[in-house]
Amino acid sequence: MLVYGLINSVILALMALGFNLTFGISGVANFAYGAIYIVAGFITWTLIEKLGLPHLVSAAAAIVVIGLFGMFLYKLVLKRIRGLVISEVIATFAVALVALELLRYIGFIGFRYSLPVFIDGSVEILGAYVDIQRLLILALSILVVVAQYLFTHYTKLGLAFRGIAQDEHTSLSLGINPDRIASWSMGIGCSLGAFAAIVILPLGTITVDSGYDVLINALSVCIVGGLGSTFGVIIASFIIGYAQILTATYISSHYTIIVSLVAILVILALKPSGLLGHQKELEERV
Amino acid sequence: MKERVIDGQNYRKERIARCIKARSDDIYALTSQKEMWYLLFPRIVPIVGIAIVAYLLPIYWKKVILTTCIFAMLAVSWDFLSSCGMLSLGQALFFGIGSFAAGGFNHYLHLPVYLTIPLATVTGGLISTMILLPVIRLRGIYFAMVTLILPLMLMRLIEATKLLGGTEGLTGLSPFPNEWVEVTLIMAAMWAALFGLRRFIASDYGLIFVSIRDNDRATMASGINIYAFKAQALFIGSSVCAFCGAFMTHSYQFTGMPVFAMEFSILPIAAAAIGGMNTLAGPLLGAMLLVPLSELLREFGTLRIVFYGAILIICVIGLPEGIFHYLSRKYNEMERWVKIE
Repeated sequence: MLVYGLINSVILALMALGFNLTFGISGVANFAYGAIYIVAGFITWTLIEKLGLPHLVSAAAAIVVIGLFGMFLYKLVLKRIRGLVISEVIATFAVALVALELLRYIGFIGFRYSLPVFIDGSVEILGAYVDIQRLLILALSILVVVAQYLFTHYTKLGLAFRGIAQDEHTSLSLGINPDRIASWSMGIGCSLGAFAAIVILPLGTITVDSGYDVLINALSVCIVGGLGSTFGVIIASFIIGYAQILTATYISSHYTIIVSLVAILVILALKPSGLLGHQKELEERV
Repeated sequence: MKERVIDGQNYRKERIARCIKARSDDIYALTSQKEMWYLLFPRIVPIVGIAIVAYLLPIYWKKVILTTCIFAMLAVSWDFLSSCGMLSLGQALFFGIGSFAAGGFNHYLHLPVYLTIPLATVTGGLISTMILLPVIRLRGIYFAMVTLILPLMLMRLIEATKLLGGTEGLTGLSPFPNEWVEVTLIMAAMWAALFGLRRFIASDYGLIFVSIRDNDRATMASGINIYAFKAQALFIGSSVCAFCGAFMTHSYQFTGMPVFAMEFSILPIAAAAIGGMNTLAGPLLGAMLLVPLSELLREFGTLRIVFYGAILIICVIGLPEGIFHYLSRKYNEMERWVKIE
């Protein structure tokens, strides 16, 4: 159970990282995130099954395509309504609706849609059998977190990201174009979503409805951890991940999604900026 | 402002209020019948038009009008809440609570229709306000996320605990006496909600709500307890939705998990985005366009929601002010080209 809790937590963290990156940098709450996750899964599936491309190639292609889609989404839609919170939420949510329902209409429903695992097999850890895919998720998530840290602290683009997150006007005066950087953050956030999808989806089947669940999970982890704070996200995903596994084991699996919802309500009521949300201070939220 | 060049001269477009608008605006003693009609025309045309459609067309369109009115009320209430600085993504929450309240009163206590609807309106509003009271300090997107999540949570809760009929829902509730009562009631309620809330927002008391949206810090600094006012706004807005839920419950003689469906949250927002926010009449206009449109699109099945989403995106980008603002500008103002010196 300890092991499964750990893996559940890591899955949650991986799901939330992309959403968190976009929100933390550009302040855009990307409600299309769940849809992007599912679309990435289906793109990979199509490339593998219909075009017969190798697994890694199609995964890479899906990540790039989704990243470009995110950038275009920013350039075409979000740039015009930046700063109008209601319009941003409506537009991204509408994009999610269009994408998910279009997939449903085209007929991507059923159990035959599942991605292959990277490496088959399972090993025994602490008395529990664990798929290698799950261990791979663990390793890749750590890799992503480390890579993101290095990227935002040691590369020019990453420093520009942190610049516009701190103060857009000052960074503009230092020659950083906030629109360009925000579109990059949107693209990279979406790519992270696609990456999470390709790594996590082999554990089950790809269903359109889970797009909404992914959004809820990402939202809850980000809110509990403090929007825009990467380490908050990791801590929050461990809290929620273990809480979910505990309720599933001792009470009933019906209640697992309720756990994350209750966590959001409690955190928002007690500490609205989240566990580690220093970046966007209280006055923005309350 | 648009500009153009005629005969080497630069012209720009100027927009000024019509004389009749200036005369009839803010003057309570109207001086002619013409001015009276100028004011009445945009109000009477929709009222009479919808009444004609509702009473004269066959039964199928009566049902469409019912649904349209319900969504129009949800949209008006959404706009009222957003005028008070509370961006809600979960009208389904208020709607569902009202629906379950009416269903519960009718199913367990066997109260008749004319008691359950008013009771459900008030209790639904109270329960919704109580649920959201802990998060009333939040604003903007944080409040929106909570309201998005709550209806989903209640849905899962009902599914898990099997309370109030569980996944089956409550069936066999009492119907309305006849469809004339039904149609008249919902139309009356819709116009009452629209004009009532408009009058309310325009009053001195309503000004406080708008000022909370515009600058809550300044409102607090004026010695006003904004949380008390937000709670009141929440109660008013959610009562309107709870009424819709109660009405729908008796109209379909059923309540169950579908009342928390995403549709009841999304469509009002879509209507407000298309019609024009912060006008109250705009969202109503938006709902009047969207719901019949969705009836026409029904044969496309799930593709319907795709069309919705597409219309939403286009409207949010292309016509951010909304149809109502556009129409009222055309009605109240005239445009002319003037020379730039």
